[in-house]
Amino acid sequence: MTTFLGMPALPAFGSGNLFAGESFPKAAHRELGNAQLRANLGHATHTIRDKRQAVVSELPDWEQLRDAGSAIKESVMARLPDLLEEFEKNFTARGGVIHWARDAREANEIVAGLVRETGETEVVKVKSMATQEIGLNEYLEEQGIEAFETDLAELIVQLDHDKPSHILVPAIHKNRTEIRDIFLREMPGADPALTNEPPVLAMAAREHLRRKFLTAKVAVSGANFALADSGTLAVVESEGNGRMCLTLPETLITVMGIEKLLPTWQDLEVFMQLLPRSSTGERMNPYTSLWTGVTEGDGPQNVHLVLLDNGRSAALADEMGRSALHCIRCSACMNVCPVYERTGGHAYGSTYPGPIGAILSPLLTGIEAEENSSLPYASSLCGACYDACPVKINIPDILVHLRSVDVDSKRGTRKVPSQMDVGMKAASWALSSGKHLGLVEKGLPLGRLAAGRDKKIKKLPGIAGGWTQSRDIPAPPTQSFRDWWAKEHKSAAPSQAAPSRDDKETQQ
Amino acid sequence: MRIALFATCIVDAMYPATAKATVRILERLGHEVVFPEGQACCGQMHVNSGYLKEAVPVVANHVAAFDTADYDVAVAPSGSCVASVKHQHPMVARSCGDAALEARATAVGAKTYELSELLVDVLGVTDAGAQLGSYFPHRVTYHPSCHGMRLLRLGDRQSRLLRTVQGIDIADLPEADQCCGFGGTFSMKNADVSSAMLQDKAANVEATGAELCTGGDASCLMHIGGGLSRQGSSTTTLHLAEILASTMEEPASVTGEVRVSTGKALR
Repeated sequence: MTTFLGMPALPAFGSGNLFAGESFPKAAHRELGNAQLRANLGHATHTIRDKRQAVVSELPDWEQLRDAGSAIKESVMARLPDLLEEFEKNFTARGGVIHWARDAREANEIVAGLVRETGETEVVKVKSMATQEIGLNEYLEEQGIEAFETDLAELIVQLDHDKPSHILVPAIHKNRTEIRDIFLREMPGADPALTNEPPVLAMAAREHLRRKFLTAKVAVSGANFALADSGTLAVVESEGNGRMCLTLPETLITVMGIEKLLPTWQDLEVFMQLLPRSSTGERMNPYTSLWTGVTEGDGPQNVHLVLLDNGRSAALADEMGRSALHCIRCSACMNVCPVYERTGGHAYGSTYPGPIGAILSPLLTGIEAEENSSLPYASSLCGACYDACPVKINIPDILVHLRSVDVDSKRGTRKVPSQMDVGMKAASWALSSGKHLGLVEKGLPLGRLAAGRDKKIKKLPGIAGGWTQSRDIPAPPTQSFRDWWAKEHKSAAPSQAAPSRDDKETQQ
Repeated sequence: MRIALFATCIVDAMYPATAKATVRILERLGHEVVFPEGQACCGQMHVNSGYLKEAVPVVANHVAAFDTADYDVAVAPSGSCVASVKHQHPMVARSCGDAALEARATAVGAKTYELSELLVDVLGVTDAGAQLGSYFPHRVTYHPSCHGMRLLRLGDRQSRLLRTVQGIDIADLPEADQCCGFGGTFSMKNADVSSAMLQDKAANVEATGAELCTGGDASCLMHIGGGLSRQGSSTTTLHLAEILASTMEEPASVTGEVRVSTGKALR
C-alpha cells in the first residue's frame, strides 16, 4: 500500500468581472446594430492609432524597445515568485503593508476591511483595471462604502451607471453631447447651462472632483508597475487626478496584479518609452507618480498593497498562453483591431475587451467558464494586434491555442456532435490526401448546377449560411486544376508539357 | 530550376485559372514546374478553428507530398497557405508529439515560397512588363492580404510587380491594410462582424473606381468578390498571378463569374 498525497492542487481560476455573460456573436450582433456607437468608435480608434503610428515611427529603435520589453517581461514571468518576495521585503522595510489575495473575493474583503479600520465611508479612486476586474466598487457599495472614480472617463462611466468599453479610454463609446447629458442628469449641482465643449465639460468635472479630493481620507489606486529592487510602485496618467489621490489622503490602498513587477528601476526606462507611445500616442505621459513606502509628514501615512492573483498563476501555468501576462494595458491592440472597432468593448463582457481580452479573460477564468469559450473566436486572425503590441504578445497564436483548448474540452461531451465537429472531421478526410480531394472535386459540376444560370450560389444551409448572408459564391469551374494537370501531362513529361491555351472555361 | 507548385485547395477546386497562370509565369521564365499529386491542403482551416487533432493528417499529407517530390523550391499563389506551411505545420507536428514530422515540416516550410516572394527574391523579377511580358490595360486596385503582409512580411513585393505591368492603371485602396473580414471559419462563426468588415472593404474598393480588385490570396478575393457581387457592384476580383500572366497575345479574362449584378445591397 502506498500513501499517495496527490498532485499539488492546480492554481485556482479567477473570479469577478472576467466573464462574458452571453456569447460573443450574440453580443456583437446587438452592438453592431448601434450606429452611433460604431461611428464614435471608428472615429476614436482611427484618431488614436494615427497618433500612435506617428510617434512610434519617429523612434529608430522602436523594434529593439519592443524586444527589450518582451525580454524583460519574459524574465519576470520566469522568476515571479522570487521577485515578489524581493518586492515584499523592500516594500515592507519602507513602511508599506502587503496583503496577498488569491481571488476577487479575498481582495475585496481585504480592501473593505482596511477602509473600515479608518472609520471612513467614502474613498476616492484613481482609474484601476485591477479593481474593475474584482468589482471593488460594487462590493464596497454593499458594505456601505462609497467609491468615487476620479479619472474623467471613469467618472463619466460611473455617473452613467455604465461599464467601461475600453481599457485606456473607458468612455470611448460616448460622444461629448452624450457626456453633457450625463453630467446634467447625474452630477449634483451641475450648471444647467452646461455646453458640450470639452473644456467646459472638463471644468465641470474638475469642480465636482475637487471637493472630493479635499475631503477624502482614503484613496484606492491601481499600479502600472512595481519595482522589486526598491519596493516602489508607479502610476502613469494624463490628468493629475491620480496624483491627487496618491498624495492627499491619509490612507492609500493599492490593488495590483502580481504580474506587474519589474526587476529594477533601470527596466522601467524601457516601459516608460513603450507605454505612452502605445497607449495615448504621446511621447511622454503628463503625470508619472512613484512612491516607495511611507515618508513621515509627506503624503499618505498608511500605505497598503493588495497583491492579486485571481487566475494569474493559472495563466502562468499555461505554457502557450502565459505571455498574455506581459500585457501593460496600453490598449494598442484594441485600437487597431477591426473586430473591436465595430463591436466596442461591451461585446466582450469582461473588464478586458479587444484582442488582449479575448485571450486574457479565458486564461484567467479557464476556457470552460460561462461564455468565455466564445472569446478566442472573436478575431479574424489578421495579426494587426501582434504588430501593435509594445511587448510583442503573439495574440493570434494564443487565440488559436485557446481555440484548440476549447475544442478539446468539448470532445466527446456532446450527445450530438456540432455541425462544426462534423464538418471538420469530413474536411480532414477530404483534405488529407490528393486522391480524396480529387474525388470530392468530381462533384464540382453539382455546385455549378446549384449556382444556376447567373453562376452564383446565394444561399447555403447550416453554419455555411453565415457566409451567404452577405456574400455570393462563384459557381465552381467545370474542371479542377488537378484534373486539368493530369490530362495535360498524361503523355508528356512535365518539362515538355505546354499549358493549355484553352482555359477560358475555368477563368474565374 | 525545378519548381513544385502547391496549388492550395481553394485554387485547385475553385480557381484553377490562378494555378494555370502561375504555371505560365514560371514556364515563361524558363523553369520546369512539377505538381506533386499527393497534395491537398495546408490544413490552416483546421488549425485556425482549433481542430488540431483533425489537422494532423492534413499536415502529414502535405509534408509527405512535398518532401518526397524532387524539386528545388515550392511555390503557392497564396500568402496565407504559405504562412501556414511555414509557421503552423511544425507547431501541429509538435502538438501530437511527432518530432520526425516536425523536422520534415520545417524543411518543407523552408523551401516554400509565396509567388511574389519567389519571383522577386529568388527569380530576380523586377519588371513584370519586361521580363514576363505582362500587359493588363485595366484600372486595378490592390488589397494586401493580412497573412502575406504580417506573417510573411511580403512588404511591397506584390505591389511592385503589379506596378510594372504594362498598361495597368493602379488606384490606391483606402485603408488597404485593413482585414477584409474573411478569417476562414470566422466568416461563419462571427458572420455579423465579418459582414461589417466586408462592407467597409467593399466600399473602399468601390471608392477607387477600379474595374478589378486584385491580391495574392484567392480566399480573400473570393470574400471581397462575393460581397461586391451581393452588393450589385460591377467591380470584381482577380488574382495577381492572372494579371502577371496576362499578355497582349493572351489577355486574362476579366469577366468574373461573380460579377452579375442583382442590385441587392450588403447588409
